[in-house]
Amino acid sequence: MAVLTSRVGTLSFRNPFLLASGVWGESGESLLGAWRAGAGGAVTKSIGAEPRPGYPNPTIEEYGRWGLLNAMGLPNPGIRQYPREIAIAREAGVPLLGSIFGQDAREFSELAVAMARTGVLGLELNLSCPHAEGLGSEIGQDPALVGEITHAVKQAVKLPVWVKITPNTADPAEIALAAEAAGADAITAINTVRGLAIDPELGRPVLAHGTGGLSGPAIKPVGLACVWKIAEKVRIPIVGVGGIVSARDALEYLLAGASAVQIGTAVAFEGIGLFGRLPGELGLLLDRLGYPSVSDTVGRAHRPTVPAPPSPGRPNH
Amino acid sequence: MRRVCRIEERVVETPSTVTLRFDDPTVARPGQFVMIWVPGDDELPMSLSYTGPRKGVTVKRMGDTSGHLLGIAPGTPVGIRGPYGGAFDLSPRRVLVVGGGSGTAVLAPAAEAAHAGGSEVSFALGATTAPEILFSDRLRPLAKELRVSTDDGSRGHHGFVTEVASELLASDRFDAVWTCGPEVMMRKVAEAARPSGTPVFCSVERHMKCALGMCDACALGPYHVCTDGPVFRSEELLALPEFGRWHRDASGSRVGPGA
Repeated sequence: MAVLTSRVGTLSFRNPFLLASGVWGESGESLLGAWRAGAGGAVTKSIGAEPRPGYPNPTIEEYGRWGLLNAMGLPNPGIRQYPREIAIAREAGVPLLGSIFGQDAREFSELAVAMARTGVLGLELNLSCPHAEGLGSEIGQDPALVGEITHAVKQAVKLPVWVKITPNTADPAEIALAAEAAGADAITAINTVRGLAIDPELGRPVLAHGTGGLSGPAIKPVGLACVWKIAEKVRIPIVGVGGIVSARDALEYLLAGASAVQIGTAVAFEGIGLFGRLPGELGLLLDRLGYPSVSDTVGRAHRPTVPAPPSPGRPNH
Repeated sequence: MRRVCRIEERVVETPSTVTLRFDDPTVARPGQFVMIWVPGDDELPMSLSYTGPRKGVTVKRMGDTSGHLLGIAPGTPVGIRGPYGGAFDLSPRRVLVVGGGSGTAVLAPAAEAAHAGGSEVSFALGATTAPEILFSDRLRPLAKELRVSTDDGSRGHHGFVTEVASELLASDRFDAVWTCGPEVMMRKVAEAARPSGTPVFCSVERHMKCALGMCDACALGPYHVCTDGPVFRSEELLALPEFGRWHRDASGSRVGPGA
């Protein structure tokens, strides 16, 4: 079977399917559960300086199989309490990325130092939450601020730093370029797409916060286009996220230029067990299409070649 | 998917609990819960105390939103999502139901369904004081036996409902125990059932947000209460150091004496 090992810069994962930030990452046992289910690694909940309850409910609107709108509001136990959760997963050998969010470069670098001490393999900077005032994408829409924060974090820690960027801006690739110029080791794209749900019977927005972020299969084409445009501009690796529910979806992201992918909303559809299913399915798909490894697929759609012949004995769909 | 239902009836059950009834044709099984949203206020997980087409939730006065829910007038629209989570297995032929305070709310529809299916159901219902005993009139007609306890001795056994449950477990044979109430109480019920090997099923509460097994707010050891529960086997819970000792608040921080 095709080699599933996924490399993102200096980091290596047993398969390219990582748990996305915000999903299952509040407790250490949940991070461990994703790994035991078969994930290649996991990104923690985004952690800030202080415990934060997030927004009141309703925090979720469901759209059947095509997605979810959420405004959780960055709930997290804070950087002082969270290391005990990380320890549970880290001691069991889970490859972890620590996600952090803050108000400015100084807060980000302080959090980065504290997060680095927990033993995570790398950091992911959440510069893209679409529903937190003064945080997230309000910072992440400004290339200069993204550069300043990325630079400050890179000065503060030795770990690889992934910058998670927002699609809610005119040119996500410009943001990615700013992160790369400031020393980012990888780009994670995309965070959720800003959206709104209104209940016509009640005549009001559904989410307590008003607007939220759309995730799930509905945003896959948006995520693919962002990864595609970013891959044209930057040389650092890209981690693709947005609407992946199948091995085929993941391969689309790899072909567009991603070196690994992250999965979030599909966990709500199928449960954590999907991490056990996807690597094998991707292996079969790569075999059928003639790719010897995950790394052979990365960015291949940018330089299409003659399609590989089908493997003997398998139908060529 | 979320829908809007109107509150059709508001029934004062005890001085601290109110049942809200609404018409919703969605199929629900006893033990499952819904997310109920009072527009302009919070959305809360509530186990169904009535699971038929006219559903019901029984709300206890706790915190701001449940206070808001308690005062809600008939005709008020509410948002409903669900039902979510698993249900009680209704196949045991002889069931002991142990309810602590408002915990009886989720047990009542399970007891009714089991009784309708031909099972024998006995009850141990506890409360702080006589007027707080929930659903004793609703459940007495089904009961093979119904015993009551109060902390102040104003009705039935003067003491804990776990003591009544222990007596019933010693004097009678059961195929299953269903319980809901404070976690310390459920732990004692599980211990009381251990000598006879009777399986104990507990309905558990945790802070909840998405109810879809995604946000991790209701993480309980390796489980998520919204999708793996809310009904658990006692062995699953007793193996967790946190059960009955601490829980997570809205930020995911551990709170409680054992945190």
